[in-house]
Amino acid sequence: MSKIHVTTTVNGDETEFLCDPRETLLDVLRDRLALTGAKEGCGTGDCGACSVTIDGRLMCSCLVLGVEAEGKSIGTVEGIAEGEELDPLQQKFIEYAALQCGICTPGILVATKALLAKNPDPTETEVRYWLAGNLCRCTGYDKIIRAVMDTAADLRGAS
Amino acid sequence: MTQDSVKTSGFKVVGTRPDRPDGVDKVTGRAKFGADMYAPGMLHAAVVRSPHAHAKIVRIDTSKAEAMAEVKAVATRADFVDGLKGEDWNILENVMAGEKALYDGHAVAAVAATSALAARDAAKLVEVTYEILPHVTDVDKAMEEGAPVIREAAANHSVPDGMHANVVRFHESGHGDVEKGFAAADLVVEETFQTEATHQGYIEPHACLAQLGNDGRGEVFCCTQGHFNVQKICAKLVGTDASQMRVTASEIGGGFGGKTAVFIEPVALVLSRKSNRPVKLVMSRAEVFRATGPTSSTSMDVKIGMTKDGKITAGQGTFRLQGGAFPGAPADFTAMCAFAPYALENVHQRGYDVMTNRPKQAAYRAPGSPMGAFAVESVIDELCNQLGLDPIETRLKNASKEGTKASFGPPFARIGLVETLEAAKDHAHYAAPLGEGEGRGISCGFWFNHGGETAVSLALSEDGTAALSVGTPDIGGSRASMCQMAAEELGISYDKIRTTIADTATLGYNEVSHGSRVTYASGLATIKAARDAVEKLCGRAADRWGIDRDAVYWEDGCAKPSGSNAGDFDPLPLAELTKNMGATGGPIVGHFEATPEGAGVSFATHIVDAKVDKETGQTSVVRYTVVQDAGKAIHPTYVEGQYQGGAAQGIGWALNEEYIYGDDGRLQNSNFLDYRIPVASDLPMIDTVIVEVPNPGHPYGVRGVGETSICPPLAAIANAVSGAAGVRLTQLPMSPPRILEALDQQANG
Repeated sequence: MSKIHVTTTVNGDETEFLCDPRETLLDVLRDRLALTGAKEGCGTGDCGACSVTIDGRLMCSCLVLGVEAEGKSIGTVEGIAEGEELDPLQQKFIEYAALQCGICTPGILVATKALLAKNPDPTETEVRYWLAGNLCRCTGYDKIIRAVMDTAADLRGAS
Repeated sequence: MTQDSVKTSGFKVVGTRPDRPDGVDKVTGRAKFGADMYAPGMLHAAVVRSPHAHAKIVRIDTSKAEAMAEVKAVATRADFVDGLKGEDWNILENVMAGEKALYDGHAVAAVAATSALAARDAAKLVEVTYEILPHVTDVDKAMEEGAPVIREAAANHSVPDGMHANVVRFHESGHGDVEKGFAAADLVVEETFQTEATHQGYIEPHACLAQLGNDGRGEVFCCTQGHFNVQKICAKLVGTDASQMRVTASEIGGGFGGKTAVFIEPVALVLSRKSNRPVKLVMSRAEVFRATGPTSSTSMDVKIGMTKDGKITAGQGTFRLQGGAFPGAPADFTAMCAFAPYALENVHQRGYDVMTNRPKQAAYRAPGSPMGAFAVESVIDELCNQLGLDPIETRLKNASKEGTKASFGPPFARIGLVETLEAAKDHAHYAAPLGEGEGRGISCGFWFNHGGETAVSLALSEDGTAALSVGTPDIGGSRASMCQMAAEELGISYDKIRTTIADTATLGYNEVSHGSRVTYASGLATIKAARDAVEKLCGRAADRWGIDRDAVYWEDGCAKPSGSNAGDFDPLPLAELTKNMGATGGPIVGHFEATPEGAGVSFATHIVDAKVDKETGQTSVVRYTVVQDAGKAIHPTYVEGQYQGGAAQGIGWALNEEYIYGDDGRLQNSNFLDYRIPVASDLPMIDTVIVEVPNPGHPYGVRGVGETSICPPLAAIANAVSGAAGVRLTQLPMSPPRILEALDQQANG
């Protein structure tokens, strides 16, 4: 099957790739663009480890075809830090030990950034429901929720 | 081995909460997990799996797959070593089926192609002709007369005559006279319990990148709890020397016991040898569910006698565990752990390991213990309810202590069960009033913990820093605690040490990261290796000062003369001694290689409040408190994380998670939508209390903490739910239909 040429933007960089029409955006990010921060935990949109933003909207990249990235702007975990400066959310995840194995962390960070962009003052329940699509098997979510709530509070204090 | 005295105070680094050394890698997406490695010329592999629970493999026709231009290799059992025996044969048989497919999802062939899509297409072109055989996927049915035999003559000598051929291991232990004990009781309660199989549910599927040449030299990069074990097994299954097989552990995206087993690496190696190209093999989530480690389902009978004032007079348990298509279910562990929290004069337990047509069970966090605790602690709760006794006071009255003859035989060394019960009793949670429709459950839990073969190396650098190499994959932040222990001994700061999980060519053999052994065993090894380095540093100082080596000691990161008799010399800091070590005797490296045997057992007590909606059968966990003995918490935040994670997994096991098999013997819920693990909105915050009763077998008193945390939740939640629902729940998971059924049965007498 012939491949399709796609032009897109990933983390602010204009990017071109060729892909099979059956390849998911996750496959493309990982196998063609060497952006392995997004993980495949299920391939069926249930675990959220592959979370990215597409034109600012939170999506499971395993449920999007690579060709659908044409003309869009994709955001992945690799784009969260500003140069050598970690984002306050990333810093807080380290400080709170909001990760154990770390496989779900990229998806949770991307999802949380999307939440805080929409709602800078979420309640604990809102955070828990927003992140209900991101499975973590190690932590019991406790330290993740605390890190998110504290980041939100800091950001509100700073603005 | 002899143990030095245990240091319990005066710590500078141990007990603090520094940032983890792999933190930045993991929040930026830089960390390399199993599927994140690529090699030039790499092929992608896919596995062909049996759709049948039990079938003879009549013929495998690979010609159509091989005809695809993108396909570079196809492998079947014929490509692996022939003539393996015992457990080696079992592992090979599970990695790639021989004459029979033994469960839905059993691997029968594999292909390697130039893309993942082509490999998947090619796998569909492999034609397998099966002759379907009768199957059994239920543990009780598998023991009944006439049940299909999974494998003839698989039982070992432990199994008494007259058992079904599917019973392959038997365990019996205990002491005293249980009949006498039951006769002395004021109340005897006997119940039958069932738990369904659950999966460890790590978010990262099994993945590897492998290369093997026809010269027998192999390289594997994979996610595993034990790369030395991968090395050993791969070498045997593909027929090369272990030393020629170099295995590097990737970052691991969860394991919980399930990544102690080997499934895909030998397959990738065989495909690599046939194609002469590197091969990447990554399981899909459905493959993870269908073909890797669920825990055993169980069927259990427990009988306990108690006096009116709460003294247990006797305990008896029969535990039947489903092992899947191979021997090895931890029925012995279930039996040995079930009554371990209690000092019993009369106790008797039996365990049955039963084969069925399901994937081979794999270890899952304290394998076997949570189920036995569910049964025993439920019966104790029922006795307390009927006798009007306080559940914590009753447990205190019967609690095992130092010197107690354990239910499984030996006397306990120093243990902290009483301390966890006292802390639970004093916790605000225990005194808090319950809300409408809520119940409170208490349970204790026990796990052995483990030592195991351990080798570490600690190399000092000229600039006064240290590179620590350990051989136990970091499954929960252990690199941080290793750096802390090394820093404590060397007297340099935490960030001057880098801990690396070294590959199999770099260190001596290390047992897998299991048995809650890493902070205990690799930690002990790190401390001893650091002390070995310190001894060498003191030697260099002695040489420089021209005094006897025994006259130098180490304090605050400096060599010092041990008194005025030794001489008047300024302390020599570590960096001063390493600066010119090449000229003063060469590189300084501390080592430790041994099998530490002083892993201290650990106990926990959990308190749970649950609310049951009697109309829908839905349960919500309202409040949860974990109290557990850590011996000594090296990095308390990560200890809390282990407590919280174990509790959360236990909540899933108790309320939602289960393997569902159809009459056709096929797994019906092989995805995260239908096999539902707890999500953030299902759980409350999980409160933790770290009790520290030092383990005499570790230099700082460390006990493993990873596994004990999953032992009490099943029973604690069942006790809370039973209280809230007003009916005893004896079957897990307590999903809404099961709760409604129990309520219905109660209403209809």
